[in-house]
Amino acid sequence: MPQGDYIELHRKRHGYRLDHFERKRKKEAREVHKHSERAQKALGIKGKMIAKKNYAEKALMKKTNMIYSLHEASSYCLLCMWIILYLVNRLAMHEESTSRRKVDDDVHDGAVPAYLLDRENTTRAKILSNSIKQKRKEKAGKWEVPLPKVRPVAEDEMFKVIRSGKRKTKQWKRMVTKATFVGPGFTRKPPKYERFIRPSGLRFTKAHVTHPELKCTFNLEIIGVKKNPNGPTYTSLGVITKGTIIEVNVSELGLVTPAGKVVWGKYAQVTNNPENDGCINAVLLV
Amino acid sequence: MEDETVNNVMCQFTDPEGTTLGAPLYLPQNAGPHQLQQIVNKLLNNEEKLPYAFYISDQELAVPLETYLHKNKVSVEKVLAIVYQPQAIFRIRPVNRCSASIAGHAEAVLSVAFSPDGRQLASGSGDTTVRLWDLNTQTPMFTCTGHKNWVLCIAWSPDGKHLVSGSKAGELQCWDPQTGKPSGNPLMGHKKWITGISWEPVHLNAPCRRFVSASKDGDARIWDISLRKSVICLSGHTLAITCVKWGGDGVIYTGSQDCTIKMWETSQGKLIRELKGHGHWVNSLALSTEYVLRTGAFDHTGKTHSSPEEMKKVALERYNKMKGNAPERLVSGSDDFTMFLWEPAVSKHPKTRMTGHQQLVNHVYFSPDGNWVASASFDKSVKLWNGITGKFVAAFRGHVGPVYQISWSADSRLLLSGSKDSTLKIWDIRTQKLKQDLPGHADEVFAVDWSPDGEKVASGGKDRVLKLWMG
Repeated sequence: MPQGDYIELHRKRHGYRLDHFERKRKKEAREVHKHSERAQKALGIKGKMIAKKNYAEKALMKKTNMIYSLHEASSYCLLCMWIILYLVNRLAMHEESTSRRKVDDDVHDGAVPAYLLDRENTTRAKILSNSIKQKRKEKAGKWEVPLPKVRPVAEDEMFKVIRSGKRKTKQWKRMVTKATFVGPGFTRKPPKYERFIRPSGLRFTKAHVTHPELKCTFNLEIIGVKKNPNGPTYTSLGVITKGTIIEVNVSELGLVTPAGKVVWGKYAQVTNNPENDGCINAVLLV
Repeated sequence: MEDETVNNVMCQFTDPEGTTLGAPLYLPQNAGPHQLQQIVNKLLNNEEKLPYAFYISDQELAVPLETYLHKNKVSVEKVLAIVYQPQAIFRIRPVNRCSASIAGHAEAVLSVAFSPDGRQLASGSGDTTVRLWDLNTQTPMFTCTGHKNWVLCIAWSPDGKHLVSGSKAGELQCWDPQTGKPSGNPLMGHKKWITGISWEPVHLNAPCRRFVSASKDGDARIWDISLRKSVICLSGHTLAITCVKWGGDGVIYTGSQDCTIKMWETSQGKLIRELKGHGHWVNSLALSTEYVLRTGAFDHTGKTHSSPEEMKKVALERYNKMKGNAPERLVSGSDDFTMFLWEPAVSKHPKTRMTGHQQLVNHVYFSPDGNWVASASFDKSVKLWNGITGKFVAAFRGHVGPVYQISWSADSRLLLSGSKDSTLKIWDIRTQKLKQDLPGHADEVFAVDWSPDGEKVASGGKDRVLKLWMG
């Protein structure tokens, strides 16, 4: 007697094990998880085979769905009916239970009145309740910033010595090798008096500023350099390195002071190395 | 002595609707508004002297006639038409300070409403509660929980005995303002959120039983609070209803996102008329009699009425006095940046198209005396229009964000606006200037209301506090 037949004989005589159906149900329920685990782990040709099989099954399901709707629409010949019934059964396996229950929507944050419910949310103007704090900090010159520590930049890294004079013996001229901000009204001095050269290729007028609470980024105009952590000379030169605090024009963000005036300038800290990246990324200090 | 004699000018008094008062009169040119007021009071046989404002070709007359004639080069040979407008005999003090900011709501305050007698205040919020506030001590009184989602609308019945709130989940709840307890289970029926609630005017039915609610699902439903069920369902709009008003003639007006305004009869829910004209969503409706309908039998004197019958009688008297013999007027503000002035009882065509806003009109409101219309728009301005002809009068600029809501003072002399820029502003209608700037909210102001007795202003917004302002 073949081995597999014994179990059938046993079942005929004594019936199923008491927990048989429970075990079967559990095994089937576990099967999807096992399959997914296998599918995630399988590498190479095996992975490809599994993916192909899964894809085929999914495509079949999509078609079944379509046929299902056909089935509802019209009646077919007997053969078609059989096929459809088979497919419908398959579909029923995959479908969610149809018993409809009313689920209450959960209450979301950010409630808006009825007249704003159908409107697209534009950037919500988050109020700056801390403008007093900001002023106080401005006086003390201290900032609680996203980048508290910055790498000190040595002078020979910041400046390149330029030799001048007929024999190129004079060495009093410096070129800034970092990104700079130069105000719109700036005109260069005559070469004799120009100690620092700020190359026009490294000048920036705009920065990509991220609002940390709105989680979105705007391309804003730079108004000035508030503080370069490497020293006051760099601040006055308008050098922008990583960690520099710049002032940006936020009027288009629609931020409002508690008194209902539009906020114009706001500080932001530079988070990248502009001289390497060719752009300035910054985080707004709120 | 010849040059000391005063020149005369022929004048004709007319009321705002254009009806003449008496025959043209020869008036001395040194007569000012004060003298004109005496003459009009005499001509109208008023027992108590009422204040009037005078307008010549839509400009207010503030100087003696002589100066006006000189300044504007008006011919003295023609009959000068002077329009007189009755003013409220009481004056509301402009509010200028924040008397209390009461925390309590755990989410943005979405709606604020004073009761018709101005003694109670309710607010609905995103934290799913309705709160009732004690106006004397300026503290929270009751917290009414029961809604499943944001409370979008609240409305007091005109007799002040019921408060109804509608939520984003589509259920309505009726509250007893004396105890803060819900009266019965929530009223279910709407499939989507509630956009507006309006009560049946008290002069049509006292005590108040019926109200109408509008919903995003495109239906308006009339409910009866004693039967506790929906009596009639007004369906016909193809898109969401944005605004609903129960008119003084017993007609319901609904404005919808399908660009139409529909008029419904209230006994069987039949559609009477459809007002077409807007090119985009209708956002807001206002009736010329709205303020009287809202306050019912209560006026500035603070009288109380014992029985519903008496209340009905007084309310009807007030309504008729307010309406005069002109039909009810309706103003609709829309997403197509325009407003229309209708006389729905007379014709289905608009009386005037009011253009001028550069962004959508979010809120329109008739002044309590029906002579002005104010409109709040997302173009950061509030505009003032003549309530009878629909002509543009003035634009109030000053807000730096979209203006969300407006509210009139009971004497029609002041206008309040709340904006996204976190401030409230009070505008003087007479001088057409900013009267008072009220900063204080930390974020957008969603709801404002001026109490009918004029003592207080309440505002609520995204910063979750309810602020009370006083004069």
